[in-house]
Amino acid sequence: MKIERLKTDLLIIGGGTAGCYAAITAASNADGVQDAAENKGACLKILVVEKANIKRSGCLAAGVNALNAYITEGRTPRDYVEYAKKDADGIVREDLLYSISEKFNEVTAHLEKLGLVILKDKDGKYVTRGNRNIKINGENIKPILAAAVAKAPNVQVLNHVNIFDFSVHDNRIDGAFGFGIENDTFYAIEACAVIVATGGAAGLYRPNNPGFSRHKMWYPPFNTGAGYAMGIRHGAEMTTFEMRFIALRCKDTIAPTGTLAQGVGAKQVNALGEVYETKYGISTSERVYGTVAENLEGRGPCYLRTVGITPEQEESLLKAYLNMAPSQTIRWIENGTPSKANVEIEGTEPYIVGGHTASGYWVDTKRATTIEGLYAAGDVAGGAPQKYVTGALAEGEIAAKSAVEFIQNKVAADTTIKEEEVTEHVAEIEKFLNNKSGKDTAESLEETMQTAMDAFAGGIKTGYRYSENQLAIARKEIEKIEARTDSLRAADLQEVMYIYELKERLTVCKSVIAHLAARHETRWHGFAENLDYPEKDNINFRKYVNSRLENGQIKIILRELTAEGQRNYEHQH
Amino acid sequence: MSISIDQGKCIGCGRCHDVCPGTLIKINEGKKAFIKYPKDCWGCTSCIKECPVHAIRFFLGEDIGGKGCKVHTEKVKGQKNDIVRWIFELNDGSVKTINIDPKESNKY
Repeated sequence: MKIERLKTDLLIIGGGTAGCYAAITAASNADGVQDAAENKGACLKILVVEKANIKRSGCLAAGVNALNAYITEGRTPRDYVEYAKKDADGIVREDLLYSISEKFNEVTAHLEKLGLVILKDKDGKYVTRGNRNIKINGENIKPILAAAVAKAPNVQVLNHVNIFDFSVHDNRIDGAFGFGIENDTFYAIEACAVIVATGGAAGLYRPNNPGFSRHKMWYPPFNTGAGYAMGIRHGAEMTTFEMRFIALRCKDTIAPTGTLAQGVGAKQVNALGEVYETKYGISTSERVYGTVAENLEGRGPCYLRTVGITPEQEESLLKAYLNMAPSQTIRWIENGTPSKANVEIEGTEPYIVGGHTASGYWVDTKRATTIEGLYAAGDVAGGAPQKYVTGALAEGEIAAKSAVEFIQNKVAADTTIKEEEVTEHVAEIEKFLNNKSGKDTAESLEETMQTAMDAFAGGIKTGYRYSENQLAIARKEIEKIEARTDSLRAADLQEVMYIYELKERLTVCKSVIAHLAARHETRWHGFAENLDYPEKDNINFRKYVNSRLENGQIKIILRELTAEGQRNYEHQH
Repeated sequence: MSISIDQGKCIGCGRCHDVCPGTLIKINEGKKAFIKYPKDCWGCTSCIKECPVHAIRFFLGEDIGGKGCKVHTEKVKGQKNDIVRWIFELNDGSVKTINIDPKESNKY
């Protein structure tokens, strides 16, 4: 394995939606830095490191067919904050939601300028879908962002390089370690500031279809929670991992349902044809809850009622799904179209994802994490649910501006990556490559982990229910699996990546279990049912459940909610 | 759900390999692309859109009700701009197509 040392000013880990936009923003702010920071030589250098290829990596690989966070005419950012707050039953950071809501329209206009097609009426105004959404053709949204990154000055992109550890000294980040999946190279990258934008975590729980189609899931199966895990291990504070996201999806294809519900007004109906959504509520989690409940009570399966839609609507739906989830269109072509048969729906396995719920890094309003010099944006950042695409872009922008300001004001980190730290990381990789024995594989341990989480930490199998006793079993099982990861073997660096991804998921699983156990209430029916505490407890749990790893133990920190209308939050160091 | 690559058509350009978000497609010694991890495909169809010779087909696995329909896209000339044509080859030998104008937004 070759060893390459790189040095940059700003390192961006993950070239998805938030990471790409952070790079574009930082590049356009770089000139100012050069002027302000006299005698510091050339312009700010920006390095994006991506484990796949930024052209199609992350959540939007297949595309997206609406922008779901937009301030439509007559509405204000405050309305959006209120909506997200209500949907999460109060457990949000208003300062974070405000700061993205104020940018939704600005980043949308920028995307349109970069080439995104947005539907307009005859007066040139965007056509809205509901109160907060606009209609687009987002099939090529990732290639558009990637092209903008390619044009941005001073931005270098390293594709197919997997970052697996931060370099942190005295709670100050000064770089990261990774390896090239295709070029047999180890990378030690030194940086003045780092933005983590690695997305959320899929694959913790047993998926809907664990066989051949195990990766036909809602969230990208390649988002393993790497950013969470690296932060957790280095003592970063995390928030709200107990607010898992469970998506209501078209059965089997796990394709989105919003286009049917909002686009053609399809109601959720049970097997008797009764509309049940009004019975349980229409928040994101309640829509899942109602579907699970109807099935448990013998009135399943449940459907979105599409029978009777017009031929024009049907044709448009077939196209819309090709632009974001082609599997569903194939399904309709093979099995009959939505005007003839209602679309069966089901809940997915739980995901940890800060773009939909509030799980992730505990950040201040500038998106600084509790590790100095480390900023978070997109699904990896907590506190601001319902951020969606435009929110991820907005957070990329905020994090980039903050990181550039940080670089401007600070001289480079005092610490550097020492030779023995490089040797240690290389030795760990080589241990997996040189190991010729051992019967476990990353794949088999991943399945064992998913089975344990499914059965004992509120997966699909239990209707998302769990008890303290079950969580204790889950914790033990995960620890047992973790102990077995050291003796894994790998034939090449792709397999080494699979080992690190498994380790990342196990780290995230332990935090999820600790958070689920700490919230002694049931606040979000559908996302989690705590059987020991089936009621909501506003007296003790209108709070953030946060955590930090201290001496190998997960320490839970209950924090008071930020004040109503609070616009700024600073870390108390 | 996964993809299949027709090695007879593949010209070994490596574009599918470069773009796959899971790095699941590799190039063999004969300079042909193959899917090394078929169960790990997410179904994003990025590779299909990249392939210049239409060698890649996407299908739904039998475990989620797939019936053998094979799908790919081709770029065709439209009146003003290129159109993306989705081609569905069904098991009974019939073929369906859906044209999508990238300049047109979704209606719903």
